[in-house]
Amino acid sequence: MSQLEEKFEFTDENRNEADSCIAKYPEGREQSAVMPILYIAQRQNGGWLSQSAMQYVADYLSMPPIKVYEVATFYTMYNLDSVGEYHIQLCRTTPCWLRGANSISSAIKEHLGIENGETTDDGKFTLSEVECLGACVNAPMVQINDDFYEDLNADRVRSILDMLISGDQPKSGSQSERFTSAPESGPTTLIDEGKSKC
Amino acid sequence: MLKDNDRIFTNLYGLNDWSLTGALSRGDWDGTSEFIFKGRDWIINEIKESGLRGRGGAGFPTGMKWSFMPKEDKDGKPHYLIVNADESEPGTCKDRDIMRHDPQKLIEGCLIAAFAMGAHTGYIYIRGEFYEEALRLEQAINEAYSSNLLGKNAAGSGWDLDLFVHRGAGAYICGEETGLIESLEGKPGRPRLKPPFPAGAGLYGCPSTVNNVETIAVVPTILRRGSSWFSSLGRPKNSGTKLFCISGHVNEPCNVEEEMGIPLRELIEKHAGGVQGGWDNLLAVIPGGSSVPVIPKSICDDVLMDFDSLVEVKSGLGTAAVIVMDKSTDIIEAIARLSHFYMHESCGQCTPCREGTGWVYRLMQRLITGDAEISDIDMLEDVVGQIEGHTICALGDAAAWPVQGLIRHFRPELEKRIRQRSKNAA
Repeated sequence: MSQLEEKFEFTDENRNEADSCIAKYPEGREQSAVMPILYIAQRQNGGWLSQSAMQYVADYLSMPPIKVYEVATFYTMYNLDSVGEYHIQLCRTTPCWLRGANSISSAIKEHLGIENGETTDDGKFTLSEVECLGACVNAPMVQINDDFYEDLNADRVRSILDMLISGDQPKSGSQSERFTSAPESGPTTLIDEGKSKC
Repeated sequence: MLKDNDRIFTNLYGLNDWSLTGALSRGDWDGTSEFIFKGRDWIINEIKESGLRGRGGAGFPTGMKWSFMPKEDKDGKPHYLIVNADESEPGTCKDRDIMRHDPQKLIEGCLIAAFAMGAHTGYIYIRGEFYEEALRLEQAINEAYSSNLLGKNAAGSGWDLDLFVHRGAGAYICGEETGLIESLEGKPGRPRLKPPFPAGAGLYGCPSTVNNVETIAVVPTILRRGSSWFSSLGRPKNSGTKLFCISGHVNEPCNVEEEMGIPLRELIEKHAGGVQGGWDNLLAVIPGGSSVPVIPKSICDDVLMDFDSLVEVKSGLGTAAVIVMDKSTDIIEAIARLSHFYMHESCGQCTPCREGTGWVYRLMQRLITGDAEISDIDMLEDVVGQIEGHTICALGDAAAWPVQGLIRHFRPELEKRIRQRSKNAA
């Protein structure tokens, strides 16, 4: 667990957001808000949770710090070390692997010059191979920060990286012509929409 | 093939407006309060009569599950409705479409279900990676509040319901209902020993029921069209429609709503453009998400896609996530990757699972290259048998079943690689 000397404190905006999370749960059950509040803290802290941030969350929720560490270490979405500006999470599980996740992995590694778990020297990209992200009919896919990029091939992932390098925001979702999870050549169902009221 | 006018999820692909206005035009929230006026017993009975079984994997009868909730408040304890939107079973991505394209179906279902179980508060636990979907769902909930469909006297029903979205943070185990409840309480998602079951002591020790997104979202349509409509689709005890996710080696992977009991071959060929290279190029299919045993082509040729048909061939419908593998697939690595998944996702509290999933993965890795003895296959079978049924939750079983399926149907392939490697070494 990395140490950070800098003292962590929520911005006013994030304090409001945290308080509205706490309000979702019954009185006396504020601990239920630890996950969303850790997430807010991580976002404010540049994508990872320093010890000082976790300590702050513990104080914020009047929880023993060890209970906060337990949560932060249990769930994979909390990063306990710094990550790049763009955290690329590549799905490696069978449905993505069947559709070429390995070639996406190689393309990213070659293009950025990093291996799994590494960050580029300029601090821009971190690559993590992760388990199923739940977009299996749009495989292979990666998640970059909050966005899903689906139906990838090596060229498509390279062009996404190039856009990010040049400061542009690529369009998230399917990178092919298809519409969300419908078959590529068009839906085989729900064709006569007008009649299908329930 | 299911007729379009028998489909529940009429905006599955998001081709039309997902907002409340769009949902109203598709018939959502039509007469909701009337169902509630008919009372709790009527709703539970309709759901029982419809034959609806849980769509999250286990297939437990939904009406019966709801009936386990206490009829009266005990000690003034509140009741909770919890919707499992943790969707993490590899191959599965159907609830995502409901939440981003048809969220009002889920919200309306929450009101009806919450009333039926005496709950005034509901939490939708959505996997953390579904960021856009969580935002969309929150927008949809806000719209519902603004139109008085949630909150006090929701939809004019006389019932009060507050509904909240809780985002997870990346842990498959939180899809297990008691792991989910622990997580919702702000703890690591380690499953609880049962009993007590959640209907007795769930969230904060209060009566709670956890249902999958799809299960809740089909409820309003079942009540509107009648339980006999739903039960007329599919086969007895396997009724209704189902969202299928077809991934892997097909020409057009997709999600689709079909009638329960559709032949697997028809499902793949009608909706997913067929197997890459044609049906004869099929090697095997995992028919219900990563946890269920793989079935070889010979079974795929004529198996029906419902709970009981797939149990008969020693697999399962699970989440109805159909993972298709053609003859180019290294079937051992395909399963080894699932073993890696379960090793990564084991919560670590039960020794057979924590130690066993890692051991299984390491042996599976060796079996990919044949770096093993023939007797190791028997030992593998023995070890997965020691994991199965010896853990608090079903993750142990889920780790065992894919390996058991592999050995059952592809043992000759495992042996061939071992022989080949020792021959090469000699």
